[in-house]
Amino acid sequence: MPDTIPADSVGIVTPNVAAFDSPLVLTGKQTLKQYELVYETYGELNSDASNAILICHALSGDHHAAGYHSAEDKKPGWWDAAIGPGKPIDTNRFFVVCLNNLGGCCGSTGPTSINPETNEEWGADFPIVTVTDWVVSQARLADYLNISTWSAVVGGSLGGMQVLEWSIRFPERIKNAVIVASAPNLSTQNIAFNEVARQSIGRDPEFHDGHYAAKETIPVNGLGLARMLGHITYLSDDSMGKKFGRTMRHEEYQYNYDIDFEVESYLRYQGEAFTRRFDANTYRLMTKALDYFDPAAATDNDLTKALEPAQCEFLLVSFTTDWRFSPARSEEIVDALVAAGKHVSYAKIDSNKGHDAFLFPIPRYMSALRGFLNRVHQNIEKESN
Amino acid sequence: MRSDLDIINDWIQEDSKVLDLGCGNGELLQHIIGQKNVRGYGIEIDADDINLCIEKGIPVIDQNIDDGLQNFGDQSFDLVVMTHALQQFRRPDLLLDEMLRIGKECIITFPNFGHWRNRLHLGLKGRMPVSEFLPYNWYDTPNIHFCTFIDFTRLCEEKSINIKRWAAVDGQLRDHWWIRAFPNVMSETAIFYVSR
Repeated sequence: MPDTIPADSVGIVTPNVAAFDSPLVLTGKQTLKQYELVYETYGELNSDASNAILICHALSGDHHAAGYHSAEDKKPGWWDAAIGPGKPIDTNRFFVVCLNNLGGCCGSTGPTSINPETNEEWGADFPIVTVTDWVVSQARLADYLNISTWSAVVGGSLGGMQVLEWSIRFPERIKNAVIVASAPNLSTQNIAFNEVARQSIGRDPEFHDGHYAAKETIPVNGLGLARMLGHITYLSDDSMGKKFGRTMRHEEYQYNYDIDFEVESYLRYQGEAFTRRFDANTYRLMTKALDYFDPAAATDNDLTKALEPAQCEFLLVSFTTDWRFSPARSEEIVDALVAAGKHVSYAKIDSNKGHDAFLFPIPRYMSALRGFLNRVHQNIEKESN
Repeated sequence: MRSDLDIINDWIQEDSKVLDLGCGNGELLQHIIGQKNVRGYGIEIDADDINLCIEKGIPVIDQNIDDGLQNFGDQSFDLVVMTHALQQFRRPDLLLDEMLRIGKECIITFPNFGHWRNRLHLGLKGRMPVSEFLPYNWYDTPNIHFCTFIDFTRLCEEKSINIKRWAAVDGQLRDHWWIRAFPNVMSETAIFYVSR
């Protein structure tokens, strides 16, 4: 943490845990008899509970979206750039909720939790959960927090898919949807990348069919490789070039298989660091949730028809150099929303940061988000008067 | 509101679905969404204008019209509007076809290059007209396809496009008999309401 807490930070935050004991029947037909969701909140819920915003996290995100857990924290939450007093998601105005999704590894019930039937870690036996299951569990969290309607649900990437699902599944419970750098389903290339990631974990000898915890080991190599691959796809050629170029570790080529280029060292570091904070089974599960998401599948692949139930206003944002969730994929959602006669605005933001752009405070992106949420706030004020 | 927008506003049917190509800061859409219960969408490429629309709650889509409008279905809008922008596109003729594919009807406004002041400027000074209304130099102007009132009517004839109504006004929206009588010379802004 910086020496003093910045004025626009939510400051020190403490996660909460909500325990649920009504069974959740999952899309994959299995049932979770009980589960816990860990979540954080920032700002104050107003008297009529009309100012709540739900933040949905992406593949490797968690419930810690803003602020610091302790004075020793080096970094704030993953979307601190956008959430805080006076920031686009203004905690002076909104009550912001962010949870760790089911199947996660940061406190909510998932592969690293104890299976009550065996008294051992679930590991790979943890049932695969889908975006729909997440949204249903998020609705239960909303009930638990006495929030009947979200003033907005906001998410990027896999988080954006959850927002889209919210708008279709619970149209009366969401007034505004912000979908950033997302897609109506994964492209073939994306599914392929996910499969390579899963295979690199699965083929690590330390994986032990997903029960590495019982063997007191971690598939470090496989998970690290999966992250390295993922990381490359979240950046653009241009941003990697600008960051590393052909900068070398030594003055001359080494003519061996050690590190020559800085980018190699960076990727190895990123992969290795990831294995210290993330669970391999969760990574495989999250990539499956991505692959399975396809709301139009239920309506003969007609996205316009799938979006018919939606009642909220939409803001979609994409980034020019994002090739993992390209602007064209966001535009598919925009076109379907227009065809369905829904209220939608769309901004394609110039950025060289690739898919990762959605996490950065790019001025035009932040002012679009701020402008959209200003209006959300004005409407809340109008309705409560 | 800008003068040509006022006239268009009078022509727009209640409860219609409207696409505004090059909607700017959403001035027209804001007005017709509020007054005429219109379901409207704007297309814009300017980042600041897009943000202004988002702030005002006007549906706006970030899209370069020169890259095509294939994403909009045939006859999917009651009305497609384009104000003071037709002359800025690569192929206004093809764009007009596209507008009439997407919309059942279209309203187009453009600066009439045949206005007497432009003729005088070019005729006497021998230089491309620059005015308060058209403040650009020939080399930096976004207006790459100027046309006159008559040019546009000829294009409609060639394409068998039906001109349902037209208006010709000066900069202050004054509607004098001499503008109506000699629109190609006297009008600064030409306004056409067309369909197939």
